[in-house]
Amino acid sequence: MTHSGTVSRAGRIASVPEKISITLRVNDKAVKLQVAPWTTLLDALRDHLDLTGTKKGCDHGQCGACTVLVDGRRINSCLTLAVMKEGAEIITIEGLARDGVLHPLQQAFIDQDAFQCGYCTSGQICSGVGLIAEGKARTPNEIRELMSGNICRCGAYPNIVAAILQAMERS
Amino acid sequence: MASYIGSATSRVDGRAKVTGEAKYAGEFNVPGLVHGYVVESTIPKGRIARIDTSAALEVAGVIDVLTHRNRPQMPDKDDAYKDEVAPEKGSPYRPLYDDRILFTGQPVALVLAEDWEAARVAASMVKVEYQKEPHVTDLHAERSRAFAIDAPEKPRGDAEKAFASAAVRHAAEYFIPTEHHNPMELFASTAIWEDGRLTVYDKTQGVQNVQKYLCSVFKMKPDEVRVMSPYMGGGFGAGLRPQYQVVLAVLGARALKRPVRVMLTRAQMYALGYRPASIERLALGASSGGTLESMQHETIAVTSQFEEFARNDTGWGNLLYKSPNAKFEHKLVKLDLPTSCDMRAPGAATGVYALECAMDELAIALDADPVQLRLQCYSERHQGEDIPYTSKQLRECYQQGAAEFGWDKRNPQPRSMREGSELVGWGMASGVWEALQMPTTVRIVLTANGHAEVATAASDIGTGTYTIMAQVAADMLGLPIDNISVKLGDSTLPQCPLEGGSWIASSVCNAIANTARGVRGDLLKLAIGMKDSPLAGAGVDDVALIDGKIVSRRDATRAVSIASAMQSGNADRITREEVNKVADDKSHARNVHSAIFAEVKVDEQLGVIRVTRVVNAVAAGRILNPKTAHSQVMGGVVWGIGMALHEETLFDHRFGRVMNANIAEYHMPVNADVHDIKVIFVDEPDEIVNPLGIKGLGEIGIVGVAAAIANAVYHATGKRVRDLPITLDKVIQFN
Amino acid sequence: MIPFQYTRANDVADAIKQIATDPSAKFIAGGTNLIDLIKYDVEAPSRLIDISHLPLRSVEPTSAGGVLIGAMVPNTDLAYHPLIEGRYPLLARAILSGASQQLRNMASTGGNLLQRTRCFYYYDTATPCNKREPGSGCSAIDGVNRINAILGTSEACIATHPSDMCVALAALEATVHVTGPAGARTIAFADFHRLPGNTPQRDTNLEPDEIITAIELPPKGFSENYSYLKIRDRLSYAFALVSVAAALELDGDTIKEARLALGGVAHKPWRSTAAEAALLGQRTDATAFAKAADWLLHGAKGYGHNDFKIGLARRAIIRTLGQAARGKPQSISDKKIR
Ligand SMILES: Cc1cc2nc3c(=O)[nH]c(=O)nc-3n(C[C@H](O)[C@H](O)[C@H](O)COP(=O)(O)OP(=O)(O)OC[C@H]3O[C@@H](n4cnc5c(N)ncnc54)[C@H](O)[C@@H]3O)c2cc1C
Ligand code: SF4
Ligand code: FES
Ligand code: FES
Repeated sequence: MTHSGTVSRAGRIASVPEKISITLRVNDKAVKLQVAPWTTLLDALRDHLDLTGTKKGCDHGQCGACTVLVDGRRINSCLTLAVMKEGAEIITIEGLARDGVLHPLQQAFIDQDAFQCGYCTSGQICSGVGLIAEGKARTPNEIRELMSGNICRCGAYPNIVAAILQAMERS
Repeated sequence: MASYIGSATSRVDGRAKVTGEAKYAGEFNVPGLVHGYVVESTIPKGRIARIDTSAALEVAGVIDVLTHRNRPQMPDKDDAYKDEVAPEKGSPYRPLYDDRILFTGQPVALVLAEDWEAARVAASMVKVEYQKEPHVTDLHAERSRAFAIDAPEKPRGDAEKAFASAAVRHAAEYFIPTEHHNPMELFASTAIWEDGRLTVYDKTQGVQNVQKYLCSVFKMKPDEVRVMSPYMGGGFGAGLRPQYQVVLAVLGARALKRPVRVMLTRAQMYALGYRPASIERLALGASSGGTLESMQHETIAVTSQFEEFARNDTGWGNLLYKSPNAKFEHKLVKLDLPTSCDMRAPGAATGVYALECAMDELAIALDADPVQLRLQCYSERHQGEDIPYTSKQLRECYQQGAAEFGWDKRNPQPRSMREGSELVGWGMASGVWEALQMPTTVRIVLTANGHAEVATAASDIGTGTYTIMAQVAADMLGLPIDNISVKLGDSTLPQCPLEGGSWIASSVCNAIANTARGVRGDLLKLAIGMKDSPLAGAGVDDVALIDGKIVSRRDATRAVSIASAMQSGNADRITREEVNKVADDKSHARNVHSAIFAEVKVDEQLGVIRVTRVVNAVAAGRILNPKTAHSQVMGGVVWGIGMALHEETLFDHRFGRVMNANIAEYHMPVNADVHDIKVIFVDEPDEIVNPLGIKGLGEIGIVGVAAAIANAVYHATGKRVRDLPITLDKVIQFN
Repeated sequence: MIPFQYTRANDVADAIKQIATDPSAKFIAGGTNLIDLIKYDVEAPSRLIDISHLPLRSVEPTSAGGVLIGAMVPNTDLAYHPLIEGRYPLLARAILSGASQQLRNMASTGGNLLQRTRCFYYYDTATPCNKREPGSGCSAIDGVNRINAILGTSEACIATHPSDMCVALAALEATVHVTGPAGARTIAFADFHRLPGNTPQRDTNLEPDEIITAIELPPKGFSENYSYLKIRDRLSYAFALVSVAAALELDGDTIKEARLALGGVAHKPWRSTAAEAALLGQRTDATAFAKAADWLLHGAKGYGHNDFKIGLARRAIIRTLGQAARGKPQSISDKKIR
């Protein structure tokens, strides 16, 4: 990690926001980028790496639209600083399909009509992939509870539960 | 070939949405993009006394800060700011126009920077001093200032007298608080400025509405402005009117001659439109036999100080129930807030909630079964206009819904059903909405390789428009659905109304049918021109397009393949653009109907409410795609659960501010709040409403749901809560 | 949001050194609370010292028979750790009642203790708030205070501590291990969080230059008779209106030891020795539970919107003690309250 620039804090004035160069592993590729200390992982993905599949629905941990997998675990990328994830293994919605074949959960979302506008969908799917990997949810009630960190304003919840059950059965 | 219409086809845009490829308004990362960040007013009313942007301008990466003092010129007439759905009366809000503060959260400055982080940092350094003026934001406190607007429905008979002399009466006030749409996507616009031309990616339910609006606000010619919205992360009405961020993005782009994106924060979205808080007063009088003698519905709803927004809250009873005497009144209270706006089933979500709770209370007063009472009062005609419906299978909805739910096992006595620690309640309600059609143009381009592109300037806001259009076009053109590509969300495409009010499906699909008929005619002409054509002498309605062929309807052996017809005519493409016919028929009422049955379980001690089952039986004409249709109604039910139990924008009236301007404390249902939802589509053939018999489904799903839940809570607990949302402290008197 | 610098701490000593040189710096662990507040302009640290990579990630048995939990252990790992699931299920359930799985995957054990209040006014920089800006006034007392406190309040502040995990830690009588320039010390959980008094800006007795290194659980885990019940405005992903942690040690149906703590009602997890003492030697019946509830809620005061919390808490306490006594703790995923 290298630092460049300085921040002058005369009152509330920042003359030169400091940029830090970091390396992340995103969807199996190492990527280098220059970010401000306060650049969240979400903004790094969306604005710096043009991986706009990861969505911003609140920027405050309140909706789950920004869910990505970091070292295999689902997290809210809006409340994580990119600089803190130096070296971490990050999987976004863009990294789930393999050679053009959809991940079983992506397919299940289509089959079960588990979305409408599609804006919460990336987060739901990444969250669902994380949930399946955790292995803690088996019943519909357990899925409902452990998927409650992903709000769907279109109200696709029952179909989301059905899609996760479908993917769990097939994996 | 099987018909696509009516089949449970998976969404054609599904792959784009599950892979993250679908791009939304704030996701076009064009080279040289400038990021805008809004600074909003912290007070509800007054003037900007001083605004100091010097510190913000010093932040590295900041290019400029626009305020009312240095913005590019803007028109000074209201007319320039009136969009298609602006309220008739009033002066539309003009972003960054002058020093006047009309509501909390109003934009007062736009920081433009090379990156979003710099813009955000700089935004918190803009210092604004205000000259405050006294404000009002409380509907209840300002109620006495309510003024009546033209009632949408005319009175009949003498409702007050009939009420006074009715054998059984019920009168009460119901309250629905302010609610916010909170689509998951943040409002955003990306304005790209190129050689005097503007391309704008906007989060909108109406690209052409925004296009016209921008032309008018920025004095540009129609061909200089293009507005795109290929995908929209939920609208629910919030995206009907152009929102202020699109003006700011264009202002920035014009000022800098560079592409500019403005994305609002979730908190800033609380200063866009909202479902107006409303007080709904219902008075129902009935004979002892259970027929309505008198129906009165008065609404007092919120609007801004500068525009009069109102929707029909009160007229729905006229569509559902017979009553010889009726009176309706709609009043507004002007508050120092942004203008209220359409939100899923505007007017009906609130008005029918009150009406259907009142009917439940009347049934209790009559000692009648709630379904029975509704059947007894059933109206075969629109009561206000005295005209029949194009179709109305509401009776079937009641019957099929009740059967599916098991309503006959209901013990009518409140608090009579329980499971251990929980009281069980069953409630029901009716729903009603309009089945409108709007003039819409669809273009079809059929190419010789058997592919067709179907295009109109609609937006698919999650309703499934892409998919149903592909289905209808595939059927009408006799092509496999994979050969159809649908283009939407671009203002340069053929004219299409706003995506709202549930009219898109019927309008667009009937327009496809007309356009496809034109294509068929063109193909037939080519086929007839062929040597020894088997279709010689046939007219356009004598043939159909089936399996890539032009086929005689009378004799299927007489057919010509589309490919050979086009080849022989040397046509590599056929392009057609037609409009749907919107019948100017005032002799029928056009409506969709529903019956909702809900089960709640309420913890007897703690008042915690769970909605364990909902059956929504809907009569909405022809169902184009049961899969996406089911999702539409299911989503509406989830909204109904939120409306009943969770949603409320909380104000601190001392400050005139929303205190839960986020989605952690503005509660919407989460997965754990939603259980079994069963959607039934009642068969409802309708040849009058429009040629394809389509009625639309976007709104009906929510209508009546909150009432069914409220009625179920009463049935469970014996406690009538009329103020939404029904939180546990309203169900149980704890202290 | 105002800019800040970012540095990483190499070890605990380095962390303390770094914070000592920059009093307006803050540690960042999971970031789920601090980044949230920075974005809302509520917190404005000059620098974030990243402690998330410190090797404080183990959950280990202690020689005293308890368990030592590293401050960086993510909430999820803690809740699913066999030692916790098996011996301290009350803690596991409290953790899993809070936030969402994504947030729990990020949130650290130490950070959870130090999360700030969710009082609406604390979050809204356009309104007065003594906690955010000492001396500016408390907007909540006469304002929108549905989520505010009913116990231990002051004229200056009626905020609650929003944590679920801490309610269980209070009931289990955990100890907080901290290290500062003067070395390491421990703080009993009951002494960790403060009441608002005249200094609502201070949530805890941790010094600004100290770091939490671990939480220690005593041997007793009450794994037979416990329950955590959380009442909120929707069925998941919402903060508690009232939550109750109850733990009992029984001899037949006689109470030998009792622990009772409330969340969502005060500036700290709320316990009272009198309430727990009142249960000793009693039969596990509603009368005894009601008495304990009355003791625990002694002096409770509503502020309008939150008046209902007093009665709600009373009933919730009785209910949770019943669940604990029956050995039937509240399920996380089955929302029926049995
Ligand atoms: C939408 C939402 C919903 C939530 N719902 C719930 C809920 O229902 N129940 C619940 O309990 N919680 C809930 N939370 C809060 C969440 O549990 C806390 O944010 C989290 O536990 C904080 O841990 P962290 O590691 O992320 O802290 P950080 O944000 O990293 O830090 C918080 C504070 O602690 C300091 N700090 C962190 N670690 C240390 C240390 N080791 N030593 C000294 N100082 C330290 C930091 O400087 C900072 O001031 C919710 C959060 C969100 C965003
Ligand atoms: S209760 Fe405390 S946190 Fe809330 S406004 Fe008052 S002082 Fe601020
Ligand atoms: S954007 Fe991260 S949780 Fe909403
Ligand atoms: S699909 Fe629209 S928010 Fe979930």
